[in-house]
Amino acid sequence: MSFKALVVIVMAGILVNNYTLRQFLGICPFLGVSKELKNATGMSIAVIFVMLLATAVTWPIQMFLLVPNNLGYLQTVVFILVIAALVQLVEIALKKFMPPLYNALGVFLPLITTNCAVLAVTIANIDSGYTFVESLFNALGSGLGFFLAMVLFSGVRGHIEASDPPESFKGLPITLVAAAILSLSFFGFNGVVENLFA
Amino acid sequence: MKKSSKLSILTKGIIKENPVLVLVLGTCPTLAVTTQASNAIGMGLAFTFVLICSNIVISLLRKIIPDKVRIPCYITVIAGFVTIIQLLMQAYAYSLYEALGIYLSLIVVNCIILGRAEMFANKNKPFDSFLDAVGMGIGFTLALLVMASIREIFGSGTWFGMPIPVLKDNNISIMTMAPGGFFVFACLIALVNKISKGKAIRKKEFGCEGCPSASTCGKTGCSGKGGEVK
Repeated sequence: MSFKALVVIVMAGILVNNYTLRQFLGICPFLGVSKELKNATGMSIAVIFVMLLATAVTWPIQMFLLVPNNLGYLQTVVFILVIAALVQLVEIALKKFMPPLYNALGVFLPLITTNCAVLAVTIANIDSGYTFVESLFNALGSGLGFFLAMVLFSGVRGHIEASDPPESFKGLPITLVAAAILSLSFFGFNGVVENLFA
Repeated sequence: MKKSSKLSILTKGIIKENPVLVLVLGTCPTLAVTTQASNAIGMGLAFTFVLICSNIVISLLRKIIPDKVRIPCYITVIAGFVTIIQLLMQAYAYSLYEALGIYLSLIVVNCIILGRAEMFANKNKPFDSFLDAVGMGIGFTLALLVMASIREIFGSGTWFGMPIPVLKDNNISIMTMAPGGFFVFACLIALVNKISKGKAIRKKEFGCEGCPSASTCGKTGCSGKGGEVK
């Protein structure tokens, strides 16, 4: 496991396998919370934070608890409960010890439990056979990819608000068309990562 | 009178409150697995199975589950059924299991299932919840099938794997990729908007209430949920 391999994992998560624009994970917050840059940033930071934390907790659970006891099939149940509990704990801890951070991120935390990107990243780590450190970097890359998509899209949405689409396209449909174009632009990153150190 | 109300519970999920095209919930699987019509059917059936079972169980337990911890309870029930369908698929439909991949586990966090548990199953009798789940399941499957058909026919020039004469040689492969998914979905919703105009589907009634986090998220997080609440 070299430094280069880790950089490749992070860059792949951000650009090539972007969770939101390439794999359709976390679409609900992507469409719902991206109206204002401030909210988009807050939500994304909360997602990165929870992704890292969830990976740090679920990977050892899978490797040291479920696999040795032949309980691999409980993965889905255990992971989602761990994530739900974790989000609650983080919320309580932030409220108690870091009120400024809680004020900034607090409203987004309950939404994250049902954000499929978080569950997906923990399962993808196991499925791809990553080591613990690789898993953490994969979570970081995926989270940063979500962050990038959210920030870019909140900028795009600012312009949509000012535009005048056909009546039936007003609202959600035109937003989705914009997402399609943004997603198209991410196809330009195909192959970037493979040649990163070539 | 009573009979017609049962019927309306069943049918409202199919057209009037179609979870995908009207309520705009559960967008992740809608966009992700609709590259082939057969995948869409598989996903729809798996989803319907989980929704029916979890709706019945949650409806039966609705007086036992304490209000404060209801969301974790729902998630546990749903996750249990998702595991069952995962194991069943692994045993009897392995190619489909491979094709759906991670999105099968992600049924757990599908907002439609949690939303139905929160909005319907915890307030209604098991049989009504069953009908509601059947209707919603059919609505979800149909929406997925429509979308997958469009994407497969234009993207790969096939339908359920059967080649279509002219399109087979002139396929628009971008349709099966991510941008095509967003674009087809946008067009379908625009079409629904166009058709439903005048009949006034009041999105306001759904939007946030369909979201299980609605009680906690306040206005900030949900402000744009489901698009354009007016």
